[in-house]
Amino acid sequence: MSLHAESTAVPREKVESPRVKSIKDFFRRFTKNKPAVIGFFVILFLVFLAITVSSFSRFDIIITPHDPSTVNLVDRFQGPSSEYWFGTDHMGRDIFSRIVHGMILTLGIGFVSVIMGGIIGVPLGIIAGFYGGKIDAIIMRFVDVLLAFPGILLALAIVSILGGSLINVTIAVAIYSVPGFARIVRGSTLATKKLEYIDAIRALGATDTRIIFLHVLPNVLSPIIVNATLYIATAILTAAGLSFLGLGAQPPAPEWGAMLNDGRNHLRDAGHIAFFPGLAILVVVLAFNIFGDGLRDALDPKMKN
Amino acid sequence: MNHNKELLKVQHLKQYFPIKGGIFGRTVKHVKAVDDISFTVYEGETVSIVGESGCGKSTTGRAILRLDEPTDGEVKFNGVDLLTMSKSNMRRMRKDMQIIFQDPYASLNPRKTVRQMLNEAMEIQQVVPRSYRNETIAELMETVGLKPNQADRFPHEFSGGQRQRIGIARALSVNPKLIICDEAVSALDVSIQAQILNLLKKFQRELKLTYLFISHDLGVVRHISDRIIVMYLGKIVEIGDKTSIFNNPQHPYTKALLSAIPIPDAEKRKERIILRGDVPSPIDPPVGCRFHTRCPFVTDKCREEEPELVNDDHMKSGHQAACHYTVAIDSGEHQPTRELANVRQNT
Repeated sequence: MSLHAESTAVPREKVESPRVKSIKDFFRRFTKNKPAVIGFFVILFLVFLAITVSSFSRFDIIITPHDPSTVNLVDRFQGPSSEYWFGTDHMGRDIFSRIVHGMILTLGIGFVSVIMGGIIGVPLGIIAGFYGGKIDAIIMRFVDVLLAFPGILLALAIVSILGGSLINVTIAVAIYSVPGFARIVRGSTLATKKLEYIDAIRALGATDTRIIFLHVLPNVLSPIIVNATLYIATAILTAAGLSFLGLGAQPPAPEWGAMLNDGRNHLRDAGHIAFFPGLAILVVVLAFNIFGDGLRDALDPKMKN
Repeated sequence: MNHNKELLKVQHLKQYFPIKGGIFGRTVKHVKAVDDISFTVYEGETVSIVGESGCGKSTTGRAILRLDEPTDGEVKFNGVDLLTMSKSNMRRMRKDMQIIFQDPYASLNPRKTVRQMLNEAMEIQQVVPRSYRNETIAELMETVGLKPNQADRFPHEFSGGQRQRIGIARALSVNPKLIICDEAVSALDVSIQAQILNLLKKFQRELKLTYLFISHDLGVVRHISDRIIVMYLGKIVEIGDKTSIFNNPQHPYTKALLSAIPIPDAEKRKERIILRGDVPSPIDPPVGCRFHTRCPFVTDKCREEEPELVNDDHMKSGHQAACHYTVAIDSGEHQPTRELANVRQNT
């Protein structure tokens, strides 16, 4: 009667565990995409640099011999040279040191705000998509309200209410990224929910929690990760924009957007003051975008070959 | 068959899907996908539900398993009503009833290996102690005709037929009593269909399974069923055992449906009834007999009075049809009321 009673022991063949196999597959596919690998290493290098410089003063002195906030009026408006790699600004501060020290601020705002946005947005999206009906309507109308404001305006409004500081900029950018996460996750959840294998697992008697965490979440994870890397780029841009407007980092903090603003008045005579922070923003944003694209391609299980 | 125990008893099952409209998203109308059907499935038999697309076959299957919550009715499994059960009790009950889906590409999670899938099924229902699971998986793989060492592969590494075998293995992994096969072989090509059907038959013999087999393919239905339910537009129009339905169809719709089966005999001339028009919308189903808009034997009575499923004297016991004129049509007393241009002589 029972299928399981007459179990004949079949020796299990020695095979790689499926998780190891799928991770290997992922790496193989990701490394095929050269620009994405470069993007990844740029990000890795920048993160490494940002952390060493801000945590180990011994390395800091080697990499940036000039203090990022020491004013040296004698050497102001210097162009790039072997002494000042990226030149000096209108107060004679070394731009290279400032960019390297600003890295931790920029990356920090990017990561923290996106993680915060994701923590709020992803559950909202999954719950809205999975349960539908009234819950969906309530959550999505709330998200629509957020979405109705242009992003930078919303962030601007939030910072104006909370007051201008780096933490408030991070919160503002996080709130601003919530609707994006919620929408994308809701969409993928709706699509995933309709798949027959979700019905199959429900027919087996799985709880909603199990279905959400073990079957829906892994399927919406790749859009989440891709969205997150792309949002980090947007978050960095928005944060830089707010700082440029004087609402974010307060002087003398070496935030890139604020530095860009410093260079604005000297674009004609000392363009490098604005150029290098701008270039830094460009490199970071581009690296995250390319990396995000590569990640999206590699995470798609149907693109195996 | 009827001396067996009742396993599944469906009574007055209704499944209406709301159509939202207007600015406030109010429910304006309902799609009456399944509208008050009752039938019984006995232990150990195979009951097929046949009908055109959109007649509510699959909806019935899903409603029984509460994959969609039915609007109204009663589904008794082993005497227990499933529809009034709490969600958590229902989860425990699901061990006894499983479903095999039509599309073997969509019904398996592409991110999980076969082993993970089967493991999860056994874990949810706690049917096999953890330490025996690998053995059970190997055994299950062999029963459905796959090699145990293929268990660590992903679904996309298998062919359509093999995937359907995995779907069957998953359904069997919890030792169910009833399996609903929702177009389980429709997506496969004919040679594979036969393999899967024979596999299903084998399991029925060995594991005393009961099947509710949902299909539009009459050839397949003839091969596997003990009894057949014919559905039209959310209603059961005829129900009876296989030979009785195939040899002595009573409802004009069943006759038309069966006349569509090709006969592998070039000599034999065959009357083919081709129905005119489309299936009416299940949003506003016709009043009276739902088939009256297309029935060649239609009368005014059909347009007003809804026929009940009845067993007439000339039918075998257990054979029921929902038509006012089964006796009259059978004896030739009631002739078609519409032109017979829609009956074609096939050669």
